[in-house]
Amino acid sequence: MSAKPCLRVENLHVTYDVGSTGFMGARRKLHAVNDVSMEIAAGETLGLVGESGSGKSTAGLAILRLIDVASGTVRLGETDVAGASRAELRALRKRMQMVFQDPYSSLNPSMTVAQLLEEPLVVHADVPKDERRSMVGRMLESVGLHAGYAVRYPHEFSGGQRQRIAIARAMMLHPELVVLDEPVSALDVSTQSQILNLLKKIQGDSGTAFLLVAHDLSVVRLMSPRVAVMYLGEIVETGPSGRVYDEPAHPYTAALISAVPFPDPERQRTAHRIILGGDLPSPMSPPSGCRFRTRCPFVMEICSKEAPPKVAIEGGGMASCHLHAHGPKLGGRSLVGFMKDRALVTVE
Amino acid sequence: MSATTIVAAPAVSLPPVSTFFQRFCKNRTALAAAIILLIIVLIAIFAPYIAPHDPARSSLRNILKAPGSVYWLGSDDLGRDVASRLMFASRLSLVASLQAVAIALVIGMPLGLISGYVGGWVDTIISRCNDALMSFPALILAVVIVGLMGPSLTNAMTAIGLVYAPRIMRVVRGSTLSVREEVYVRAARATGCSDARIITRHVLPNVTGPLVVQATVLMGQALLAEAGLSFLGLGTQPPEASWGAMLGTAFPYMAQSPVPTIAAGVVISVTVLCFNLIGDGIRDSVGRMRRSGD
Repeated sequence: MSAKPCLRVENLHVTYDVGSTGFMGARRKLHAVNDVSMEIAAGETLGLVGESGSGKSTAGLAILRLIDVASGTVRLGETDVAGASRAELRALRKRMQMVFQDPYSSLNPSMTVAQLLEEPLVVHADVPKDERRSMVGRMLESVGLHAGYAVRYPHEFSGGQRQRIAIARAMMLHPELVVLDEPVSALDVSTQSQILNLLKKIQGDSGTAFLLVAHDLSVVRLMSPRVAVMYLGEIVETGPSGRVYDEPAHPYTAALISAVPFPDPERQRTAHRIILGGDLPSPMSPPSGCRFRTRCPFVMEICSKEAPPKVAIEGGGMASCHLHAHGPKLGGRSLVGFMKDRALVTVE
Repeated sequence: MSATTIVAAPAVSLPPVSTFFQRFCKNRTALAAAIILLIIVLIAIFAPYIAPHDPARSSLRNILKAPGSVYWLGSDDLGRDVASRLMFASRLSLVASLQAVAIALVIGMPLGLISGYVGGWVDTIISRCNDALMSFPALILAVVIVGLMGPSLTNAMTAIGLVYAPRIMRVVRGSTLSVREEVYVRAARATGCSDARIITRHVLPNVTGPLVVQATVLMGQALLAEAGLSFLGLGTQPPEASWGAMLGTAFPYMAQSPVPTIAAGVVISVTVLCFNLIGDGIRDSVGRMRRSGD
């Protein structure tokens, strides 16, 4: 980790009010993001993965204060984001931007591409009109679009082109951080790689840090040297991508990774896979102790009693799982060896 | 479609406005209504040149004449030419309805935008006041307001504008509620736009479709309300003539000379119908425009 992080998130909590239980009943809270901490260095990409409902998008939105933060600190460079006033926050927005999942709904249909891309300049910087036009043209070309497209409306473009426009809009003010919320999951597979390569190129040129929120593990592996895995609002494992993918230390990570299909059908048939039963438990009433215990294939008695500690893992990162201190006592080693040697499993 | 596309812009596909006009023109009924309304507007504009007689000059020798070559639609109880008066009256009637709708828009649109966008207790207060206003029958409320301000056309149209403002507000609020949840509004917030900018640049352009439809339909209703108030003597004051006032003055003599009454009634009905049909046409064309290309 570099000395000065671009983004530092500590103990972030996001809760939603879910209405009261009956007349005059107590307001119930939904813990969408629970005690999430992370750091991203300048120019680095951190992948945030998890299944639908794991709170990864919510965490991304909360970091940008697009939804309210219940508690915790978010610092962009030296600036406090979580505690910023409305005016401070608006000024901060030029340093942090977002690319949304669906490029069909994230671009205002009544504005031309030029108006869309000029908006950040108009709002944050007092740039004369001629200069704005040329900046828009240059930005369009740098995302691989013709500068003459500036006069067109969003509905005239394909999904991939629209996402390029959305990326151009996010990059107009050269922000320090861009949250990419599932930037390619709404696109064709052939377009996905183009957009990912574009993002890599832009990051190389600008030194912008990315927080890449995605459910597609191959996308995250391609894009980010470090990943964080979320389950039910909590980060269960972090670490360098190579280590997390090849030697997962948390059963949920292992299950996620084993769900990625192999391109070779022969290998796909023989591959050892962990298939999780059931759905995500309701975040309204999360399981006691370890949140993953209701679906964990290696669940032990202690899992329902105590929340698992964060354990440093060999090869970098950490994981929150009782398996490292109890049962097989992995002690920071990966789950892979343990899974191969099923004799170690003590299932009641 | 393709021929016009090429004419409009060679390499670029159609901009939304011309797409809208193409769709509108395919709707024959709406197009016919628009043409009829255009003729009425032209008659209003060029009334001094078209009208065969001076609309204000009375001739006591020619009271309640039957229609003929001199008096196309007969003459009224003071011997004035009904056709000429109808032509001049269209100016007053159309401008008056426009004025009422403009007042309704100026009051209703900002309230609807604020109510829908801000939500919470602001929305509750504005919406409840709105409901209270809407619970009165429109014309009765207008009669009360005119009664307080004194009868004159301007007062009558201000009253109608006030009475119709809640309808505009309701439509704008409803559309704003749905547009507010769009991802592009969140994207605008992420860009750092102020609330004022989000409302004017991102929400307003995307609620204009339903707004234009409502305003067009209200034009017809305002015309009808003006006619009603003038018929009751609360709107247009003599010697000015509006369609409703003419209907009011011609009505007592219907037994002797039915044509002036019928003529005024037909003109009012046709114009109101035109506004409604155009409103329907715009609604259909705009509705499909939103979805194009998505």
